[in-house]
Amino acid sequence: MEKFLILSAILFSIGLFGALSRRNAVAVLMSLELMFTSVTLAAVAMSRYVSSRVVALTPADTSEAAINTLLTGQVFALFIIVVAAAEVALGLGIVIALYRQRQTVDITQANLMRR
Amino acid sequence: MLFQDVIFWVLAIVGVAAALGVVFLKDIFRSALLLVLVFATISAHFFMLGAEFLGVVQLLIYAGAICILIIFAIMLTRNVQSGNLPNRLQGPAFLIAALVLATLVFVAVDTDWRLIDALPNGDAIVDRAFINTPFKLSKLMLENYAVAFGAAAVLLLGSIIGALSLVREEE
Repeated sequence: MEKFLILSAILFSIGLFGALSRRNAVAVLMSLELMFTSVTLAAVAMSRYVSSRVVALTPADTSEAAINTLLTGQVFALFIIVVAAAEVALGLGIVIALYRQRQTVDITQANLMRR
Repeated sequence: MLFQDVIFWVLAIVGVAAALGVVFLKDIFRSALLLVLVFATISAHFFMLGAEFLGVVQLLIYAGAICILIIFAIMLTRNVQSGNLPNRLQGPAFLIAALVLATLVFVAVDTDWRLIDALPNGDAIVDRAFINTPFKLSKLMLENYAVAFGAAAVLLLGSIIGALSLVREEE
């Protein structure tokens, strides 16, 4: 359990460092994806190892509804994947629009939201 | 258990090395290819955690769709001469990332997790919960999380329209 969370934390920190320290906008987006995916790893590991409140209070109750509360982490991971897909589509759209305007993807030179 | 541990450590080392490559390689195209490797190792972790459906989704959406999009964006915008340079904030960025890492590791190690496997019938619960997960996930999403499901649909539609209007050729 802890090893998955620590792996997820390491990947998140690498992504955070990349997102803060790179110049290329596409590299920043890739670091963001790294952060997203590390969070999904944490959510899935939680769902596999940590018992939900329902299950912890009544371990004898193995009904469908009680068991399904254990899968909440996986539902979270699915929603994170959906949001990441939307985010990367919009982000790359913005990068390409920026490149058309400025002929650069250097985010240290992108300081205007108009043309 | 030992076999699973070996696989975990191999996947973890490959994943972290590839993630470091994503951030530190100078050639951004190679970074994108290493990103596919990171996503593949995460997907393998999902298979080992009993989330086969999510593992497949991770491969399809991340390694398939998102990485192809990123590679397209790199090829459309590549500045060959500049590469993947750091900006001036590398020191503070390293400090912040190290602080976040220390905090997260401390929380993960120090928290008293209520583990399923510690329950008297933990094995039976795990056996029942992590089988036929696609069916259970669909039920959960459409019953308990129906509002979030609808919001995700609207978000995807909005992002499609937004991306189209951003990259459209101006008349």
